[in-house]
Amino acid sequence: MTEKGLTLDHVSIAIGGRTLLEITHHVRPGEVLTVMGPSGSGKSALLAFIGGFLDPAFAAKGRVFVSGIELTDLAAEERHAGILFQDPLLFPHMSVAGNLAFALPEAVRGRAARRRLAEEALADVGLARLGARDPDTLSGGQKARVALARVLLSAPRALLLDEPFSKLDADLRQQMRELIFSKALKSALPVVLVTHDEADARSAGGPLLRIGE
Amino acid sequence: MIARLGPPLAVLLLAGPVLCGLVGTVLPAFGYLPALGGTRFTLAPMRDLLAEPGLIRSALTSLAVALVTAAAVLMVVVLFVAGWSGTRIFGRILHLVSPLLSVPHAAAAFGLAFLIAPSGMIARLLSPWLTGWQRPPDLLIVNDPLALSMTAGLIVKEIPFLLLITLAALPQVKLAETRALAASLGYGRIAGFLFGVWPRLYRQIRLAVFAVIAFSSSVVDVAQILGPTLPPPLAVRIVGWANDPDLARHFLAAAGALLQLGVTALALIVWLFFEGLAGVVTRRLGQSGRRWRGDAVLRRSGLAAMVATAAAVGAGLALLSIWSVAGLWQFPETLPHSFTASAWIRTIPQIARPLGITLACGLLSTLLAIAVTLLCLTRELQTGRPAGRWALTLLYLPLIVPEAAFLFGLQIFFLAARAEPGLPNLVLAHFVFVMPYVFLALSGPWRAFDRRHEAIAAGLGKSRRTILFSIRLPMLLGPILTAAAVGFAVSVGQYLATVMIGAGRLPTITTEAVALAAGGNRRVIGVYALLQMLLPAVGFAVAIIVPALLFRRRRAMRAG
Repeated sequence: MTEKGLTLDHVSIAIGGRTLLEITHHVRPGEVLTVMGPSGSGKSALLAFIGGFLDPAFAAKGRVFVSGIELTDLAAEERHAGILFQDPLLFPHMSVAGNLAFALPEAVRGRAARRRLAEEALADVGLARLGARDPDTLSGGQKARVALARVLLSAPRALLLDEPFSKLDADLRQQMRELIFSKALKSALPVVLVTHDEADARSAGGPLLRIGE
Repeated sequence: MIARLGPPLAVLLLAGPVLCGLVGTVLPAFGYLPALGGTRFTLAPMRDLLAEPGLIRSALTSLAVALVTAAAVLMVVVLFVAGWSGTRIFGRILHLVSPLLSVPHAAAAFGLAFLIAPSGMIARLLSPWLTGWQRPPDLLIVNDPLALSMTAGLIVKEIPFLLLITLAALPQVKLAETRALAASLGYGRIAGFLFGVWPRLYRQIRLAVFAVIAFSSSVVDVAQILGPTLPPPLAVRIVGWANDPDLARHFLAAAGALLQLGVTALALIVWLFFEGLAGVVTRRLGQSGRRWRGDAVLRRSGLAAMVATAAAVGAGLALLSIWSVAGLWQFPETLPHSFTASAWIRTIPQIARPLGITLACGLLSTLLAIAVTLLCLTRELQTGRPAGRWALTLLYLPLIVPEAAFLFGLQIFFLAARAEPGLPNLVLAHFVFVMPYVFLALSGPWRAFDRRHEAIAAGLGKSRRTILFSIRLPMLLGPILTAAAVGFAVSVGQYLATVMIGAGRLPTITTEAVALAAGGNRRVIGVYALLQMLLPAVGFAVAIIVPALLFRRRRAMRAG
């Protein structure tokens, strides 16, 4: 359990006495574990369990570790499990830079330093100088990039992807896949991707788990 | 966490005053009130009550007004929603009717009186060319003995309330789908609605209908402005006895308040009977196979009634404003000869204190209600259990127990506890009526909030407190301020609570306006009623302008 990466140790999730999934798996840093299954199979519940915000209607057992730290006992905010949903869900009351500054760890002190890091993160996803913009005025692809920059900036221990490509159109989808997977590899983040799109799984290149079939 | 305190605090502050008030009514009604020398239980107050002339007539007036009001309001709302929801006209009418919810009852009643009185606008418009009247006719239209104008005043004011409650419940009944299904089976619009949607919808709005019955059966301000005088409805007489300088009359008032409780209960029981009957009839008709496709007349009359409601209140409010600046305005002139600010100039020096009390009481009770509501809703998030049926019943408790019955007892309770009439008591009494509306207005948007925003923030390492204060509350600022504006409007409109608990020492714009009703100086009434209407409007303007300014560069924050 002390190896680098994300360990799912006998994780099982049930609802109303019916077991949806049982998983034991290790995801190495930079590797993408793809979990595929039809809707209602509990794949989103798996991410919610890892992230610490599983609906109490579900009964979950098992333990989750990241690089020797057990997440299961921690509150959601202590886990540092960054998540991306289908929608970018940028905070609509903050500017683009405000969204990024919100994600930056407290340890980065000083307005100038924080702003510089936010601008760098934007430039890093190809959106230099858009910091002052209202998130709602960005295009769909730009919003998705800001959401990615935001989650990376919070220095997560792992990355959870809940069908993040399903609402993008085809060529944008391929761009975003490459961008997200290359960033995860560069930051050595273990990634869990849930999807029902075979192309996502192929593009991720990592191990594939099918559930609910 | 402090949010844990929310639900118990809500129970204490809502049920507490109602229960204390009921105890404070029942004990003196049987002669027990040590503070006034009543140390033994006796039936004397009851005997005194029954000896009051015209008592039965007062009680029957209250009963009839309540039942007729509720039936008429429900019918108009059903016909309008059944016949028109989903159409473009529906949306337009809603824009017209929704603001009427915030108009205080007294202001709406004054407006109606100015419209339909023998010297009112309708008579002026028809005279002398049609009626031949050169002077106002000697007709008892306002304050008529059958309480028709009082009932009309209540109907036009309760329609917006029930309509908005019904609209809030609509998303839960899949209206559009059911309509399509019923139409494909060949049913008319209204029949499809009645058979397919109405039984489920009615269950959702039932408590609000009960609230309309309870309110109409014990209303005081509308009754004083529009209601019969010989004898007046029961609640008006209770207030008279309660404010009698002869403190011994308090026992009589308590007995009257107990009777009021009985009258309201009887009205509800009669309603339940007809409710059951209507249910049986609807089910029978639904099985009969008849399609009722020719419902155009019914649909049109529903629309006409809704338009007439908005027009009556709107015209009344316009009349109030004209009267407040009218110079000489003889019958049957349609408009005044001249305009003058003299009523305003004479009245403004006297307004400062009532205005101050209105603002202080409104702001404090609203602030308290918002705080308790937010605590309850935050607690709901933590436990993951939305408040159930009992919580809704608790919220409606102050609206279903007739106010004349428990407010008088609450006054006695404060008296017995030696709590001098003051702002804290008044704020507490207003809170009881403000809180239900604030909660109903805020809980919808709060529960509809996309919780994935919070999951993302937690994934970024933010604490629950940060998420609440940096994400949820700012994103819900608009709905929170709107709920506050609703609460403030309710507080501004409170008449009975202010008169009873303030013991006449804490005048507000509303109590001053109603006190002027008997005097009949239309210019001064116009000034007060206009102020009464403006205060809630200012509240709603703030609720719109503040978020618009704060988030002026955030497009997605303006949509909702």
